[in-house]
Amino acid sequence: MTAQQPLIAPSPDPAPRTRRRRTMPKADRVASAFLHLELLVVAVIVIFPLMWIVGASFSPGTGLANASPIPEDATLDHYVSLFTETDYGRWYLNSLYVATLNMIGSVVLSALCGYVFSRIRFKGRKAGLLGILILQMFPTFLTAIAVYMLFLNFGLLDSLTGLALVSIAAALPYNTWLMKGYTDNLPSSLDEAAAIDGASRWTIFMKIVLPLMRPMLTFVAITQFTMPWMDFILPRLLLQSPEKQTVALGLFAMIEDVYQNAFTTFAAGAVLLAVPITILYIVLQRYLVTGASAGAEKG
Amino acid sequence: MSTAQRSLPAPVPGIASALVWGAGQLINRQAGKAAFFFVFFAALIGWEMGTGNYYAGMDYTPRSNGGFFVKGLWGLVTLGTQPRQMTVTGLTDGDNSIVLMANGLISLLTLGLLAIVWVWSVRDAARYRAALNGGAPRETSRAYFRRLWEGSFAYIVLSPGLLLIVFMSVLPVLFGILVAFTDYNRDNLPPKNLVNWVGFENFATIFAVPSWTATFVGVLGWTFVWAIIATFTTYAAGFLQAVLLANKKVKFPRVWRSVFLLPWAVPGIVSALVFRSMFNGQFGPISQWFMDVGLTDERIYWFTDPSHPNLARAVALLVNLWLGFPFFMALVGGVLTNIPDSYYEAARMDGAGPLQQLRHITLPVVHRTVAPLLILAFVSNFNNFGVIYFLTQGGPDNADYRFAGSTDLLITWLFNLTLDNRLYNIGAVMSMLIFVIVGTISVWNLNRSKAIREL
Repeated sequence: MTAQQPLIAPSPDPAPRTRRRRTMPKADRVASAFLHLELLVVAVIVIFPLMWIVGASFSPGTGLANASPIPEDATLDHYVSLFTETDYGRWYLNSLYVATLNMIGSVVLSALCGYVFSRIRFKGRKAGLLGILILQMFPTFLTAIAVYMLFLNFGLLDSLTGLALVSIAAALPYNTWLMKGYTDNLPSSLDEAAAIDGASRWTIFMKIVLPLMRPMLTFVAITQFTMPWMDFILPRLLLQSPEKQTVALGLFAMIEDVYQNAFTTFAAGAVLLAVPITILYIVLQRYLVTGASAGAEKG
Repeated sequence: MSTAQRSLPAPVPGIASALVWGAGQLINRQAGKAAFFFVFFAALIGWEMGTGNYYAGMDYTPRSNGGFFVKGLWGLVTLGTQPRQMTVTGLTDGDNSIVLMANGLISLLTLGLLAIVWVWSVRDAARYRAALNGGAPRETSRAYFRRLWEGSFAYIVLSPGLLLIVFMSVLPVLFGILVAFTDYNRDNLPPKNLVNWVGFENFATIFAVPSWTATFVGVLGWTFVWAIIATFTTYAAGFLQAVLLANKKVKFPRVWRSVFLLPWAVPGIVSALVFRSMFNGQFGPISQWFMDVGLTDERIYWFTDPSHPNLARAVALLVNLWLGFPFFMALVGGVLTNIPDSYYEAARMDGAGPLQQLRHITLPVVHRTVAPLLILAFVSNFNNFGVIYFLTQGGPDNADYRFAGSTDLLITWLFNLTLDNRLYNIGAVMSMLIFVIVGTISVWNLNRSKAIREL
């Protein structure tokens, strides 16, 4: 896999270190102490807000003022009330549905388009690539109102599937460029050999290129799966009925409407949203960083 | 019979297909192909007939008799001619200009896509006949489609993506552009009123009405300041952390890095809302803590105090730094592991100190790789909806601005204009201006990168 990685290291892991000597010179020890002090300060700044929200979700009471990073008599009440008093479970399933559709659609379409743009020379190829590049620079808002009108006409308004379709289309140009850039760097000798053996383009794609695309497929899959959980603008416009809300919309409403007395419940909801995504990102960070830098290299 | 057919001139089936799609293929005795093209033709005619009112027997007008396509195009040009009126029998059904415009665009784009099929059918009929006349062997429809699958593989595979993009991206973008040239806003909402084409009036408004100009210039200026500082600070901090983490003296570097990556891994909307609560003026812990320590006597209203707009801006930048540095740290960290140790050894032998090594080896190498991403980061900060909207909501209020607060970026101002204030036309103009700015920067960036030249 490493051979095909575009320019940036496949993994941000530092090279294995040689074993440190037990005794350091004094200057080194001072430097080391300062170094760790800096790291510690940054770590505290990074962790404190996260600890505070986790703490808040276990704090007794409902208001913002009750929140503390380390609550004295921790309670699970807010997690319970999240599912009994709000539609959080519903929102979660909605988000999950949109995220799954968005992931599948994006991966399939962008892999196909990326392969075609990378490996096949056809009339209109360059125009197509430039066209989607320009399209991608348009702010989503400009399109959002129009999408709203469109959906109103076709009865797709308030539909989670409709939302997923718009999300797929919105991200398709960028993902296509990513896939194209990645496929460009795959050795073409394999598909040429297969073509000489009489394999069809479809067979070449399915059997040879697709398996080699795996790192980039993973990247697109993760980013497109996580995106709908955090997206706000499009769902806000396209979803209206209370039972069609996504987690992001629900949480925002919670902090907006009844600010004083739902904060700890909001905290619980935020934690439940954040924990799976955070774990996913930390575990798969290698793919994510590589994919992001490949995007910059190529487009 | 067959000799007579063979001498048939090539344009004849072409013209036949131009009139009735697939007819030329039928003349060429390719029934399968003929059926394929005819299906598109039948769908087009059927849709128009089915949605229109062609058998009513009255005078034909596109407004009352036209089907989806005819009425659509009519609506796109006129935006409706009859407003809702109060008559003896009650309210009449007026024309809804915006629905007409959307339908018009949909029919225009559908016709555009169908035109591709039409041209294909005409050319295919004529070319096949020309080839036959030239002595080429006959080809069955089945063989043709098999050849098509391989020969036009690219187009066939791209078509689902193309359809999705045409209707979900191109169409909305066109719609947005068109709205910029209308008077569609809260004072003129369909179906009560008709929307009209107004030319460049909205563009003139932004630059001619002083309060609009002041808001636009002010918000644009802050957006640039924000994007530059936000990009620079996150990159600098990320770079610093990456270099420190790469130091061989650091114990447990993996643990540290995972901790530092947390702000990047936590969903942005959650972090922004958390910070918004922490910086809540009345109940937030930070304000409380400042009082407890004795730094201030009274609570600080971080995002709502109109007399301190720069305080809100500074805090927003700090929060953005927290959110943004891990990404650059991970990126730079990746580059650092790729710099061969031999560079540094050579530098050490030449007597270069750690700072000189950083200045002359690390910085240039990292910068070369990360530079295109900096532009990308600038653009995404320029349109950084999440941080501003969730954190400050654009606050504190600014009395000199129209519908904007002191920390509002162009994009959040746009959101307020369209959603909360329903000034759709002004919003559309703003979107176009943002597009021009972002597009210019991106094109400039792309021109320097090799991606475009290698196309």
